[in-house]
Amino acid sequence: MARKAITGNGAIALALKQVEPDVMAAYPITPQTEIAQNYAQFVANGDVVTEYIAVESEHSAMSAAIGSAAAGARTITATSSQGFALMWEMLFIAASLRLPITMPVITRALSGPINIHCDHSDSMGGRDCGWIQLYGEDAQEGYDNAIQAFRIAEHMDVRLPVMTMIDGFIISGAIGPVETLDDEQVKEFVGDYVAVNALLNVEKPVTVGAFDSLGGWYFEHKIAQNRAMENAMDVIEEVGREFGELFGREYAHFKTHEIEGADIVLVAIGSAAGNVKTMVDTLRGEGKKVGVLKVRTFRPFPTEQIREALSGAKVIGVMDRSDSFGAQGGPLFTEISSALYEAETQPQIYNFIYGLGGRDLFPDDIRGAVEMLEKAAAGETLAQQRHYLNVREG
Amino acid sequence: MQQVTEIRWHARGGQGAVTAAKMVAEVALSQDKYFQAFPEYGPERAGAPIVAFTRLSDEPIQIYSAIEHPDYVLVLDPTLLDVVDVTAGTSEGAVVIVNSEGACSELAGRPEMAGRKVYTAPATKIALETIKRAIPNTPLIGALAKVSGLFSLEGILEEVQTSLSKKFNEDVVNANLEAVKRGYEEVSDE
Repeated sequence: MARKAITGNGAIALALKQVEPDVMAAYPITPQTEIAQNYAQFVANGDVVTEYIAVESEHSAMSAAIGSAAAGARTITATSSQGFALMWEMLFIAASLRLPITMPVITRALSGPINIHCDHSDSMGGRDCGWIQLYGEDAQEGYDNAIQAFRIAEHMDVRLPVMTMIDGFIISGAIGPVETLDDEQVKEFVGDYVAVNALLNVEKPVTVGAFDSLGGWYFEHKIAQNRAMENAMDVIEEVGREFGELFGREYAHFKTHEIEGADIVLVAIGSAAGNVKTMVDTLRGEGKKVGVLKVRTFRPFPTEQIREALSGAKVIGVMDRSDSFGAQGGPLFTEISSALYEAETQPQIYNFIYGLGGRDLFPDDIRGAVEMLEKAAAGETLAQQRHYLNVREG
Repeated sequence: MQQVTEIRWHARGGQGAVTAAKMVAEVALSQDKYFQAFPEYGPERAGAPIVAFTRLSDEPIQIYSAIEHPDYVLVLDPTLLDVVDVTAGTSEGAVVIVNSEGACSELAGRPEMAGRKVYTAPATKIALETIKRAIPNTPLIGALAKVSGLFSLEGILEEVQTSLSKKFNEDVVNANLEAVKRGYEEVSDE
């Protein structure tokens, strides 16, 4: 193990290098990130034996990844922003073919207007494409999640693709301290790849991606996908626990801070969870009963566990880095609201949309949100459920 | 509440501000401190004003927004003083270190510097005389070490030695070590 000064992109590229999958298929031009660039360098330098397929678009990147994984190879790709959007059609196919591809996603805004900065519009837009989604707060979590993704995706009860997110630029481009594992530790943790129904296995010929019409099994297939998601709920926890036992950093579906006896709980995802935690510590110092719940697993969504964790709060504020136009609130908000529908006592719940297109989330923005929630906790019903933080008037 | 030291770097693209922010992070790494180094993201063009940030702490840093109220401001290019408000968000007592051959008193007399502790270091001159290129970042790291006491001169020299030795020959490494030392010695508030 070593402690390194490294960017989020660099940390994730290193994780992938240490796993050393059989194939990486990636579009090498913007909106791609340094992950693909760094990995191409590892290949060129002979540091890894991975076959690197540079393709002409992100749609092709995911198509090539699907072909490679179906053939029986441990396969990765990486993307961001518009690239994620262009993969859209193929994301569903990777999931429905039950191919355990893993993909780091550097979350960034979608155009228009044209914007390259951080928000969660890309990955949140893909929340229902059948992939497991894990969100990290910092480069360390990005690194750790990228490694655990292989174990989760390839688990025989799961066999689903996994995407692991970190915030574009804010984490991907910032240098921070990362505790890295040794190559052998990573290789041993992920283990050897076992292909299922590999196309290249001539002993057992199979058809992949056939037409499945009215008399077929399409519907049952979809139910099986959902069952795999349910299975993933336990597998993600098992893998996170084992990772903790081996390397000292344990992972669960979410992490709480100061929620014992908190009247107000903020729910956040990605780097903002750190900003919120820092402000929670300040507010606790002022005697305010505030806590934070940081979501890691967004798909499958840990509904029951989160309901249980939030059961003591009077008021919940959900922080979303993407909006859902015309919906009751952002993606995290609607998920948390649904989870609380069956709670014994229903807290008030508000949504704070922040950080779209890379807009900063400053400590005072969080303090302002908590001040609003304090009014709600004191019995006032706020006029609006959806609020926007750090926006210009007009 | 945790104590975080916040540093903001003002420079023009190509002057090595991002590298400097990174080098300070690596010094922090070598001293088992926690750190963050990041540029203000946007189109990067040589010559255009840019901003970079460094946070340092003895505890893990979990805030990721841009630095609004820096404790230290480093200005790698004095011509930026008329273009950018380099003291924006600083409180009285904040330290401003400017790459300048001029007298410190002249700069300290500028209205935006009122109440700030102003230092100058002739970083470009040092860079031209040592590394033979007008890249003022390493002398200013020396100046920051002297003024802030955040890390020792030896600590930085060791880090510069280690990180530059991977890429450059001995002459270049020694020139940079000399640049750091001179920045440390020549920074002044007079």
